[in-house]
Amino acid sequence: MRKLIAGLVMGTALATTPLAAQAETPKNVLVMANAIDDLITLDPAGMFEFSGLEYAGNTYDRLIGFDNDDVSKIYGVIAESWDVSEDGKTYTFKIRDGIKFASGNDLTAEDAAFSLQRVILLDGSPAFILGQFGLTPENVKEKIRAVDDSTLVMEVDKPYAPSFVLYCLTSGVGSVVDKEEVLAHEEDGDLGSNWMKTNYAGSGPFELNKWVAGQSLSLKANEDYWDGAPEMKRVIIRNVKEAASQQLLLEKGDIDIARNLEADQLASIKGDDDIKIMAKGKGALWYLGLSQKNEYLSKPKVREALKYLVDYKGISETILAGRSQVHQAFLPEGFLGAYNENPYSLNVEKAKELLAEAGLPDGFTVTMDTRNTTAVMAMAQSIQATWSLAGINLEIIPGDNKQTLTKYRARQHDIYIGRWGPDYQDPHTNASTFAWNPDNSDDATAKPLAWRNSWDPKGMTAEVDAATLERDDAKRAAMYVDLQKKVLESGPFVIMFQETEIASMRKNVNNFVLGPSFDNNYYRYVTKD
Amino acid sequence: MSAVTRKHRDGRRRAGLFSGKTGSILRVVFSLAITFFGLLLVTFLIGRVLPIDPVLAAVGDHASQSTYDRVREEMGLNLPLWQQFFIYISNVLTGDFGTSVLTSNPVLEDIKRVFPATLELATIATLIGVILGIPAGVFAAINKGKWPDHVVRVIGLAGYSMPIFWLGLMGLLVFYMKLDWVAGPGRLDAFYVDFIEPTTGLMLVDTLIEGDMDLFWNAVSHIILPASILAYFSLAYIARMTRSFMLEQLSQEYILTARVKGISEHRIIWRHALGNVMVPLVTVIALSYANLLEGSVLTEIIFAWPGLGLYITNSLLNADMNAVLGGTVVVGAVFISVNMLSDLLYRFLDPRARR
Repeated sequence: MRKLIAGLVMGTALATTPLAAQAETPKNVLVMANAIDDLITLDPAGMFEFSGLEYAGNTYDRLIGFDNDDVSKIYGVIAESWDVSEDGKTYTFKIRDGIKFASGNDLTAEDAAFSLQRVILLDGSPAFILGQFGLTPENVKEKIRAVDDSTLVMEVDKPYAPSFVLYCLTSGVGSVVDKEEVLAHEEDGDLGSNWMKTNYAGSGPFELNKWVAGQSLSLKANEDYWDGAPEMKRVIIRNVKEAASQQLLLEKGDIDIARNLEADQLASIKGDDDIKIMAKGKGALWYLGLSQKNEYLSKPKVREALKYLVDYKGISETILAGRSQVHQAFLPEGFLGAYNENPYSLNVEKAKELLAEAGLPDGFTVTMDTRNTTAVMAMAQSIQATWSLAGINLEIIPGDNKQTLTKYRARQHDIYIGRWGPDYQDPHTNASTFAWNPDNSDDATAKPLAWRNSWDPKGMTAEVDAATLERDDAKRAAMYVDLQKKVLESGPFVIMFQETEIASMRKNVNNFVLGPSFDNNYYRYVTKD
Repeated sequence: MSAVTRKHRDGRRRAGLFSGKTGSILRVVFSLAITFFGLLLVTFLIGRVLPIDPVLAAVGDHASQSTYDRVREEMGLNLPLWQQFFIYISNVLTGDFGTSVLTSNPVLEDIKRVFPATLELATIATLIGVILGIPAGVFAAINKGKWPDHVVRVIGLAGYSMPIFWLGLMGLLVFYMKLDWVAGPGRLDAFYVDFIEPTTGLMLVDTLIEGDMDLFWNAVSHIILPASILAYFSLAYIARMTRSFMLEQLSQEYILTARVKGISEHRIIWRHALGNVMVPLVTVIALSYANLLEGSVLTEIIFAWPGLGLYITNSLLNADMNAVLGGTVVVGAVFISVNMLSDLLYRFLDPRARR
């Protein structure tokens, strides 16, 4: 009996001891932990998820790109140069010579035309980014075409601001796919979309090695990349959801970069000499949406009071610790025309005065639909506390993300605390949702954030439309600044923070690039000491 | 006499569809079908009354209204509820569980991918639980009231009441970070992932098929910790049940008889008493195994182990009803087959049931 137990204990001990893990990752391999379970397709024409866009940004080339540090600098990638016609409706791109796809096929204007047409024809989630230029499945083959192997022509329906059109082409939908390869895998006229979900047909600095859904994504270097082969021969991204697990992996040296550490973990690795932290402002904004169907919230003075009742600094420094900065206008810092002043700060006296002017000196009761994750709940509780100082009783209704969102989209909320990420790098993406609402009726076809909060921005709708047609960039930027000021003053949004993305990495990792959006987080420049 | 005739008559009245051996099989199949139908109906209805818009999960928050409308129609959500259910049931009958909106894969394919991870983890965990739990229970029973009994009880209680989230992280911190005995989260080291073809989806088996012992030991070093953490729970349960079954057996007269006959204590405990305990114990083990096979969400998250628990939870939170229904059917089927398996074992272990 005793022998048996002793044997068992020995057996388990023996079974576990000799299995020590490796201490360091190889010099030419980059290993990363990231929450990539949102990755559902590898097809650039259908993807709209963070991890998908990041993948496409590293494996596909786009027609054009922008400088991560100064987004006003747009440069050619696959397009060597471009021209906009006199009337502003025809764009002609000259395609760079000598680029080859992973398949060995030459990249020509024909491929570029096919890729853009494909986005419209498949009509996936991101199709509207190109569709807003008057491109439809019926007309796209006429409007976007290859004149010869090195000339691509794209016609738009109005004389848009060139920056607007070009910025949209820098997003994921502008990825150029290998027409021959994709069509070789076409089934029942699906333009290869079924095959592309899990396969690769690009020309980027990395190519797909293997994707095991929910588990890992691995890439290998494109040794013949036209702009220089990456130093990392392989990049392995492991799906690790739990931040604490990511921290352990990073401290142990089993991974080079952890992508999702939260306030707790960031605080605890601060003293670790083997680890460094990189931060970059991203486009997503945290805001409160105030439904104008609510009798109290529809009073302009109440809206203004609420903007004075958020502890911007406190939330940003403690709850979001290092992962946000205070930002109150609807265009995030880094965008063309972004307004970076933050006129509001916590001022309870001022808020009380405004409430009294609105005829509500004793405050009122209102509800807020809140996503039940730690950070959002903590933000909501802080807001609840500061509002109570002015006599406003805020009831927090916790719910799952999709649940609160469903309610919000159906205009059934009082207040919604949410996060809004821009869809592409042009200011129109946020202007068209925060300050544009052509039809405020319940059965409207367009449902921007202004609509969800039942707010009619009146003349601003026309101004937003006009800004898309302003061909002088400086004038265009001024128009957006003006719009942001107006929304700040009277809009039903308490915009609070702009998100910061943090990557925590081992000391020996250099030149990892975080861009303003997920599709410009780049691995190709990474080196390791 | 009269009782016999009544029985006879009853038998005759039931003659037909549900009599005899085929009858009993039919009866089982029939009740299974009803159970599954009920399961599907309830899950389906819950999914439809959830205040979550399933189209949202499919197209995302930013998609245009026309895309939204098109997808809504494709998903058949503008049909009346009964029609949606009817379509769903007829699809399931032809083996089509639909497509998951979250992963855009056929649900069956998804489950084929995630279930082996859970199966592997649950099996190893149960093995550990049985190998350690039964001796611990026996040990506690023969030392009833003395310190070994208390030790086993305290350890068991701790295993039962400690949050698995904390236990998992502590396990990683101690055995992975500090002692370096086991590997970290994930099913294999990052570099190895590319070398494995998911033939069966069971990492331990796939690495053996590959014939690479390094890979196999790597997989072992990854599974041992999460499996032990899960095993702690079933171990505590199994040990407690073994103890009370053993105590019951040890107070029986046949044990006294055996002792009087001079049979060694060792033989009495491990052959006679434990032999009899095995029968009810099989049910206990089967139950805890089936529970583990549902997948343990927290363990799966901490150890980056893409299994069934995480899949169903994610699907539920996104109102991905095809996936939830598919997962439910699988869990139901697992429960039924584990139960049937324990029935078979019963027959093997209990000579009376063989007749």
